Amino acid sequence: MPPAPCAICETNRALILRPKNHQKLCKTCFINVFETEIHNTIISNKLFSRGEKVAIGASGGKDSTVLASVLKTLNERYDYGVKLMLLSIDEGIKGYRDDSLETVKRNAQQYDMPLTIVGYDELYGWTMDQVVEQVGKKGNCTYCGVFRRQALDRGAATLGVRHVVTGHNADDIAETVLMNLLRGDLPRLSRTTSIITSTPSASVSDDPNSHTNIKRSKPLKYAYEKEIVLYAHHKSLDYFSTECIYSPEAFRGSARALIKNLERVRPSAILDVVRSGEDMGKLVPGASNSCAGECGGKSQVLEEEVGGCGSSNSSALGGEMAALDKQFGHNEAAEMDVLETEIRLKPKSPGQENGRDISKELRRPKNSRSKNAPTIEKKSIRQVMGQCSRCGYLSSQAICKACMLLEGLNKNRPRTMVVGE
Amino acid sequence: MASDTISITVEFTGGLELLFGNKKKHTVSLPGASKTKNPDITFLVNHLCENLMQDSRRELFVLDGGVRPGILVLINDADWELEGEEKYELQSGDHVLFVSTLHGG
Ligand SMILES: [Zn+2]
Ligand SMILES: [Zn+2]
Repeated sequence: MPPAPCAICETNRALILRPKNHQKLCKTCFINVFETEIHNTIISNKLFSRGEKVAIGASGGKDSTVLASVLKTLNERYDYGVKLMLLSIDEGIKGYRDDSLETVKRNAQQYDMPLTIVGYDELYGWTMDQVVEQVGKKGNCTYCGVFRRQALDRGAATLGVRHVVTGHNADDIAETVLMNLLRGDLPRLSRTTSIITSTPSASVSDDPNSHTNIKRSKPLKYAYEKEIVLYAHHKSLDYFSTECIYSPEAFRGSARALIKNLERVRPSAILDVVRSGEDMGKLVPGASNSCAGECGGKSQVLEEEVGGCGSSNSSALGGEMAALDKQFGHNEAAEMDVLETEIRLKPKSPGQENGRDISKELRRPKNSRSKNAPTIEKKSIRQVMGQCSRCGYLSSQAICKACMLLEGLNKNRPRTMVVGE
Repeated sequence: MASDTISITVEFTGGLELLFGNKKKHTVSLPGASKTKNPDITFLVNHLCENLMQDSRRELFVLDGGVRPGILVLINDADWELEGEEKYELQSGDHVLFVSTLHGG
């Protein structure tokens, strides 16, 4: 095959075939286009404001490393005037996080950004290794995911940072859209597809260090995983890749495999799924308070979001289809357990009637099409906003998921300790 | 002129190296041109599975007879889709990189 010239400069040899539009680009033009598109995403969604402190949720993996590199480049090139820093979570998984945290430490030097590492042990009194020792490997991703979500917010709060950006990419979002579709969970669609999610400020405390008022955004939301990896490769970025040694969520692995297969046949499918997810999210009445675009696609998040264990640790090594199908039942069951516990423990407070929260009616935007969708309405009762009575974290339940999980863990701890002694 | 072996560099990153003895860069010798045709990527992939892979989970690298979706292949830094994918005929000195996109974000 004769080498094709770059579609932009028409001079250099094309090395990259863009999945979204089949454009053939040289290395320089590709890097430039990739960065410019993320800049456009940032500008059109008004992700940043001048003077804002922004913490990059950094795992040492490809997505967050590329995010850090690109944001540093863009902040300098376009003078956003934001103060960037790295925030890492140490789940306490020996041999896994140790290496990736080393990578993050190098990134901190390479990008000249301050780094803060927050450990599960200091936040929750449990490392993931200890959690697994207690609960086994089934469903441990549930713990990890729930803990991580709060950990980033809490870590940001201690730094006085109100905005956390994460490296979720288009493939991650597409995968989550599919998962929500397959579970029949449309209300969650709008949250997972929103580029900005935020916990509401009004309902909670005035404490500036409160971890309940943190904005989250995903600047790489429209970036293909393929291009993220190619960007990292062509810029020789220093990132770490390994699988979380605790089993990946089976369902997510299957969704991911499906996405990758679709991409092979029809590369635009990934962005198409993302956009379909956005459109469907807008159609869901009362879908977790999203203003369907009118307020820039903002929406509030509770404890769950894109990504199970790690942001995109998913299928891959150890999580192959056949094995996945076998595990499927177990992991799903574990996850469902958590969900059911929550629903069961949901208290009947005065504002509620048949599980409906009156305050929800007040929050719903005018002109919403709520009356036409009784079935979905029922589903969305899980997403009524409130505060965890134990830790103050934003929660749809009286006690947030993390506290719930911790309660279960701590209950069993004395016994474990007696045995240990 | 046939029967010579050709020598290429094969590299695994993005977590794939775990399947190949946790080593990223390998020098690989392949039987050279048989009359008209040099070994292609399909040949290389089979060769790697048979001779270089140290993990029994071949399906993490190859699926349905081809490179598993989600693994990028770069031939001399160019996307293999620009080079004819598995039909690309290898030349001595080529650098073939397999990158998994499937691992941790
Ligand atoms: Zn060019
Ligand atoms: Zn709580």
